[in-house]
Amino acid sequence: MKPKLLLRYSKELILTLAVVFLFTTIILLVTGAPVLAVYYHIFKGSLGSWAKFGHVIKTWIPLTLCACGLLYTFRIGLWNIGVEGQVMMGAIFATAVLRFGVESHFSELYLFLSILAGIAGGAIWALIAGYLKTAGGVNEIFAGLGLNFVAQAIILWLIFGPWKRPGIASMSGTELFPKALWLPSTFLLRISPIGIFSAFAAIILTALMLRYTRIGLCLKAVGNNPKAAYLFGVKPQPYMLLAMIFAGGFSGVAGCLQVTDVYHRLLPAISSNYGYLALLVVMLGNFNVWISPAVAFFFACLNIGSVQLPMMLQLDSSLSGVIQGASVLAALGMQAWRMRIRSNEVGAFYE
Amino acid sequence: MRVEVHDIHKHYGPVRANDGITLTIEPGRIHGILGENGAGKTTLMKILAGYTRKTSGYLCMDQVPVDYRTPTEASQLGIGMLYQDPLDFPFLSVLENFMIGQAVGLANQKKYYRKKFDSLAADFDFALRPNVQVNRLTIGERQQLEILRLLSLGIQVLILDEPTTGITNVQKDYLFSALKKMTSEGKSIILVSHKLKDVEAVCNQLTVLRRGKVTGEMKAPFDTDILLEMMFGQTPIPFNRCLQESGRTILELDNVSAPGGRSGLSDCNIRIRQGEVVGLAGLEGSGQDVFLRIAAGLLRPAGGSVMLKDKRMNAKDYHCFKHSGVFFQPSSRLEEGLISGCSVTEHFALQSDHKKFVTKWSDATSDAKKKMTEFRIIGRPDSLAESLSGGNQQRLLLSFLPRNPLLLLLENPTRGLDMESSSWVWQHLHKYCSDNTTIVFSSSDLDEIIMAADRVLVFFNGKMIKDTRTCETSSYELGLAIAGKR
Amino acid sequence: MNEIDFTILFASVIAGAAPIVLAALGETITEKAGIINLSLDGSILISAMTAFAVSFETHSLVLGFLAAAAVGAIVAAIVAVFSVYLGQSQVAVGFVLTLTARDLAYFIGNPYSRLQGLQIHPMPISFLKNIPFFGKIFFTHNLPVYFSLILIFVCWWYIYRTPLGLNLRSVGENPRAAYARGINPQKLQIIYAVCGGLMIGLGGATFSLCTKPGWGRPQGAEGTGWIALALVIFGGWHPIKAATGAYFFSFLQVMGIYFQSWLPTVPAQVFQVAPFPLMIFTLLLIYISQKESVLNWAEDKDRIKSILAMFSGRIPTALGKPYQPE
Repeated sequence: MKPKLLLRYSKELILTLAVVFLFTTIILLVTGAPVLAVYYHIFKGSLGSWAKFGHVIKTWIPLTLCACGLLYTFRIGLWNIGVEGQVMMGAIFATAVLRFGVESHFSELYLFLSILAGIAGGAIWALIAGYLKTAGGVNEIFAGLGLNFVAQAIILWLIFGPWKRPGIASMSGTELFPKALWLPSTFLLRISPIGIFSAFAAIILTALMLRYTRIGLCLKAVGNNPKAAYLFGVKPQPYMLLAMIFAGGFSGVAGCLQVTDVYHRLLPAISSNYGYLALLVVMLGNFNVWISPAVAFFFACLNIGSVQLPMMLQLDSSLSGVIQGASVLAALGMQAWRMRIRSNEVGAFYE
Repeated sequence: MRVEVHDIHKHYGPVRANDGITLTIEPGRIHGILGENGAGKTTLMKILAGYTRKTSGYLCMDQVPVDYRTPTEASQLGIGMLYQDPLDFPFLSVLENFMIGQAVGLANQKKYYRKKFDSLAADFDFALRPNVQVNRLTIGERQQLEILRLLSLGIQVLILDEPTTGITNVQKDYLFSALKKMTSEGKSIILVSHKLKDVEAVCNQLTVLRRGKVTGEMKAPFDTDILLEMMFGQTPIPFNRCLQESGRTILELDNVSAPGGRSGLSDCNIRIRQGEVVGLAGLEGSGQDVFLRIAAGLLRPAGGSVMLKDKRMNAKDYHCFKHSGVFFQPSSRLEEGLISGCSVTEHFALQSDHKKFVTKWSDATSDAKKKMTEFRIIGRPDSLAESLSGGNQQRLLLSFLPRNPLLLLLENPTRGLDMESSSWVWQHLHKYCSDNTTIVFSSSDLDEIIMAADRVLVFFNGKMIKDTRTCETSSYELGLAIAGKR
Repeated sequence: MNEIDFTILFASVIAGAAPIVLAALGETITEKAGIINLSLDGSILISAMTAFAVSFETHSLVLGFLAAAAVGAIVAAIVAVFSVYLGQSQVAVGFVLTLTARDLAYFIGNPYSRLQGLQIHPMPISFLKNIPFFGKIFFTHNLPVYFSLILIFVCWWYIYRTPLGLNLRSVGENPRAAYARGINPQKLQIIYAVCGGLMIGLGGATFSLCTKPGWGRPQGAEGTGWIALALVIFGGWHPIKAATGAYFFSFLQVMGIYFQSWLPTVPAQVFQVAPFPLMIFTLLLIYISQKESVLNWAEDKDRIKSILAMFSGRIPTALGKPYQPE
């Protein structure tokens, strides 16, 4: 049974990749771009040097954090589209704490506090969406979406208002924090060990939580059948809120790292769309805690690699998004195809 | 129109819902179809209405063989059906409901249909206002609307599936006089029901189904005894249980009413004593389902009081009841009972007594293995709940019962099991009673109730109408009560 | 502080709202049939890009609009087919398409960035524009704006006044019952998703060919799709209310310029967020107004009842739950 299953999965994976490759190539041909050169530059731009690899990892960290958070909400059947806003809120809270630390000598303390603040910010934003769902009957997709835009507006207001740069307020964000408030990073890859650590910690924690704790079991039970879960003694609402807290907390850490490790200030695009992208990661990762980080790495490579396109080939870097989206669509199509085959098999069984 | 049904079969996998049904419906007649739950009435009607496809057999209309696959084709041939649960649009107006499926094109035809509707409604004396939203109507009014709509489509054969459930007596009179008026115009009516009184009052002819087969036909005037025998069979059953001494009262419902289900529950006074087995009889949705859910705290009563061991439980939820030793098990296995997507082991881990933060999978697996052998569940501990067969799912549900419950509330505990496994289930359940556990269960199988219960409560139209010891009654008497004839 | 000229103000509100009105109407039709097309934001961008590129290459505005409509329809068709025939989640497919279509637009449209292309010119209606006050507000625009104004009423009329519109609503309310009455729910859902997609595409074209002419990254239409989506809910799935929402939003946008001079620390973008809290508020109201306790409380309070009725709409019962044939 097992090898057969493996064979089928690899067959489907190869087919999905082939479809995506074909689609991308057609797009490239249509636009008249040099096909081989594009693939070459994406590859070289992401894995071609240690410095590039460092950038990939810097993208991979927040993506993985968000993806881990989303695993909790998907497990309980919630579409936490508000993860984008939760990243922003994490960044806002972290920035707020760091602003107090600018003059201080205990910068490590403020860095530590900023992570806690990030978790709190993300979790609060997620809880609002969660409460709107459980107590107010507002679909979590629309609540989350609305809160994303509200968070974006708060950032803009802060940048142009209370936290504006001395002199001129601009879209380039708040003033840079002093080096003492940057997360320490390794000399070689310019990656922060704390960032790496938190991503791996998130993966392992999530895997353990979902597999080995009662919380994970209850999330799955409620997600698959809330009525039956209730008869088993599990109240759905508190677990929904709990899942939202986890999702918000992890994305809050991602938002905090965007401030302390990547940009060192608050700017409008602080979330870099990683929240939305993480939704795609988890969907393509088949909602699996081990596959999703791998997908996140693939997506990070695409994101970083495609930065080369405008410089080298005068193409837009958004090709990465096209490939990412096409992959998920192809995977969804594959899933539909698999379901169809299975239902035919069942039908044959009965006839 | 004369409708002939020849040797109709409908198989769902191994289940034969209709197993060779042949009957003829004469024009200008009201033809009743009788039978208990699962006799295959609704399946046959859905086939006639084009909603379900038959496995084999054929239909003739006025001696011409016909074949149709959709409700539209059926209505073009003049067959229309009034479904048990009104198949309409609650949030659209009466007039709009009337128009959907009739009106076509871009021109605003409200005036035309308004006129048509008004004249039809006046014909039948139905007081329906065309601009009211349908969700504000009663079930009876929604039926009237649907009948008018079908008539305006020009149907010649009208099928009514349990039309008298959930409507008032006045509305019933309106309905019956409308049906008689239609037959006088030469239309044929097929009335599907389990209510003997109603069927006897209005039908010219009856066909009785049992387990997918025709067990008898009769023309008016009807002999109730013979009809009951055709409906419920005539197997003499030995009384297995009849507890004489009564324990103390553990559950007490006083004047409880609640909405829900098809008929709700009204003015229900029930006492359940310790150690007895109580069977709830009645056709599905007659109030026993609501009663079980109120007794479990899954539904809140609208009025009256629920006392569990002298504690008032009105506003408490199921988890509170569960804490006091009440355990409920639903009949819809995959909708409410089991969690599809979760394995057998996961189910055991979920319901295990020690709710520790870390799940011990080895314990849960060995627990699952043990219970699977004990309850003869065929499958593996890592099989997903939905991959088990129906009987195994049912046994899996039963294996979740706690060791020393105070009160077990079971909805159709042996549905989908064969004779041998259901008697095994009851052996197992009766063991609980020797430890002073009380069992209250509903069942659509009268034989099972007589065999397994000490006491029977019969529900009809949302009311408990009979409360008797099993040894002091007979299946005939219970059958009468179930059909609403005391 | 500068004086506000109300005729110019209202005229620019109507002109600025045109693409949003078109998109919101398209989404209303789609959702009335029971399908959520979440891909709105990406759809608008890719059709805006298509319109600009096609009209640039062919020197034909008509072809630009047609191509944009076709692209919008294709995106909508993908969502609908994936959900109706392939059993995939509408939300998942719609969301993926939002991002994919946006990025595809940026990628393919890259060579057309910041080029001077065609643009629609105003076509004042000579005999109507001289009506005092209203003439200037309503009759000094270009064709897409007139079209958006007309389409509001056409949509309303189609949905609520014609038998075909009745069928459309029936599918979004109860596809099973619709099937029993001889309507093919799957076919209708695909058709209306595509119709909605056409309108969304036209909305995108209106963006790049008249409201904010040109193409670039960012184009300026980013986020409009989400706003249109919010407006459909805010409008309670009623085309006229949704369009009113669009004009309200456009008004806020235009007023943003004035607000900025009054509240210089608040950037204009903040005002553009207004539809989203309103959307959440509407959804809350819908939920609350369906609660029995609230209904009983509001029973004899006519004013509160009318407020509830005004803000809360009714979500199509079968929205997002595609019909599975038996």
